[in-house]
Amino acid sequence: MGTSLSWPRRLLRVRAAKPLIFLLCLLPFAGLFWRGWTNNLGPNPEQTVIWTTGLWALRLLLITLAVTPLRKLTGWAELARFRRMFGLFVFFYALLHFTAWLGLVNGFSIDMAARDIVKHPFVLAGMTALLLMTPLALTSTNGMIKRLGARRWQALHRLVYVVGAVAVFHFWWGKLAKNNTASPTVYAVILAVLLGLRLRWAWRAAQARRASLQGERAADDQGKSRSLA
Amino acid sequence: QALASRKNSALSTTQTPTPYKDITTYNNFYEFGTSKSDPSQNAGSLKTRPWTVVVEGEVNKPRTFGIDDLLKLAPMEERIYRHRCVEGWAMVVPWLGYSFSHLLKAVEPTGNAKYVEYITLLDPAEMPGQNDPILQWPYLEGLRMDEAMHPLTLLTFGLYGEVLPNQDGAPMRMVIPWKYGFKGGKSIVKIRLVEKQPITSWMRAVPQWYGFYSNVNPDVSPQNWSQANERLIGQGGAFGGLFSPRVPTQMFNGYGAQVASLYQGMNLTKFF
Repeated sequence: MGTSLSWPRRLLRVRAAKPLIFLLCLLPFAGLFWRGWTNNLGPNPEQTVIWTTGLWALRLLLITLAVTPLRKLTGWAELARFRRMFGLFVFFYALLHFTAWLGLVNGFSIDMAARDIVKHPFVLAGMTALLLMTPLALTSTNGMIKRLGARRWQALHRLVYVVGAVAVFHFWWGKLAKNNTASPTVYAVILAVLLGLRLRWAWRAAQARRASLQGERAADDQGKSRSLA
Repeated sequence: QALASRKNSALSTTQTPTPYKDITTYNNFYEFGTSKSDPSQNAGSLKTRPWTVVVEGEVNKPRTFGIDDLLKLAPMEERIYRHRCVEGWAMVVPWLGYSFSHLLKAVEPTGNAKYVEYITLLDPAEMPGQNDPILQWPYLEGLRMDEAMHPLTLLTFGLYGEVLPNQDGAPMRMVIPWKYGFKGGKSIVKIRLVEKQPITSWMRAVPQWYGFYSNVNPDVSPQNWSQANERLIGQGGAFGGLFSPRVPTQMFNGYGAQVASLYQGMNLTKFF
């Protein structure tokens, strides 16, 4: 049975694959913790924590968004079962990123944080991304999928495309302050490819639907004229 | 390399200086790369001898100084200044230098000298970051004449009793303690006295966020983040001091008593 499958697919099917990827996703956090424990977060630990957690939230978001295109392009159906875990890790790192900003920069002062959000589009974008991904994290369980119904659940989770755009904007806008937008541009291009592929597929599916509809109509017309004859 | 000086307590803060290691490994000096650790890793390629500084423009006695002449132009003082970066962090630095006004007086500014601009070395071979067009090179910063003549404005040659390490702006830089750190041009080769307000490198790059004055101001934050408080580097403690609280930022970085009069009647929200 398994012999017909390619080695990546066989690997993805291994039982240990999921816990292994879980540990890999946890690695940036573990690294931060270890560096903190051993006093190795650098001269500005606050900045190290905020930048590292933000960057990994964004990286994992792109990985999450890459699962479906990769599955379609390679035919590796096994990829699908990792998607939820990647998505939840995005939320985990985004929440750490937010908490570090709220606690370390604003001393947990809601008043200061609110003023910052209202005044700076950069901060507002980050908050927006976090707020938009919260319902997605909360409805990620099988029970919630059942309760919402597959169609409504899917519609809701399309919000992740907006989260991607807002998150990349947040990163880009942040780096603009230092006139150093090279790396956000790379992330923007990757996001554009991932969303672009989806648009293309949606467009093709729509065309195919239209073609088959036209085909049916043509067949109908033919039938009608024949019966008139 | 040691640099003799006497301490100027009157112009020094009593705060504990930031550890030498932090001051010399956490730097913004884009000429050597954009990451904080780049300058300390890459600045070895900068040759600081021989070094000359051209002083020209609206002066009666334009002159090219050798670095050794400049080291002897006025008595070297140690001044412990607060240093506030626009990014929201701060240090306490024991600089060595003397008031910039000594140099300006030596060249006799004319009546037309309203501003002074100071320009960093342009040499992509020694400053590899200049191959990246992230800013318009060479780096240019400037001050209004009265700011430049203010006794706090320090022409700086050393740090912690020694000559400046390359990553901190060797062999000579500017330090203006009531302004954000980027106003302190590093590795200066040219000083020009001019009639019109210079357009600085950061004003040119992101004009909506960086103004000419760039005085430390907790209430004005044209950038992406609030300037209300700051993280003091090198505090130590658990997790490298991660959980020690930020401290409130002071108007003019705490130098208001000495410099606020320079800006009397000016709208500091408009002229940020």
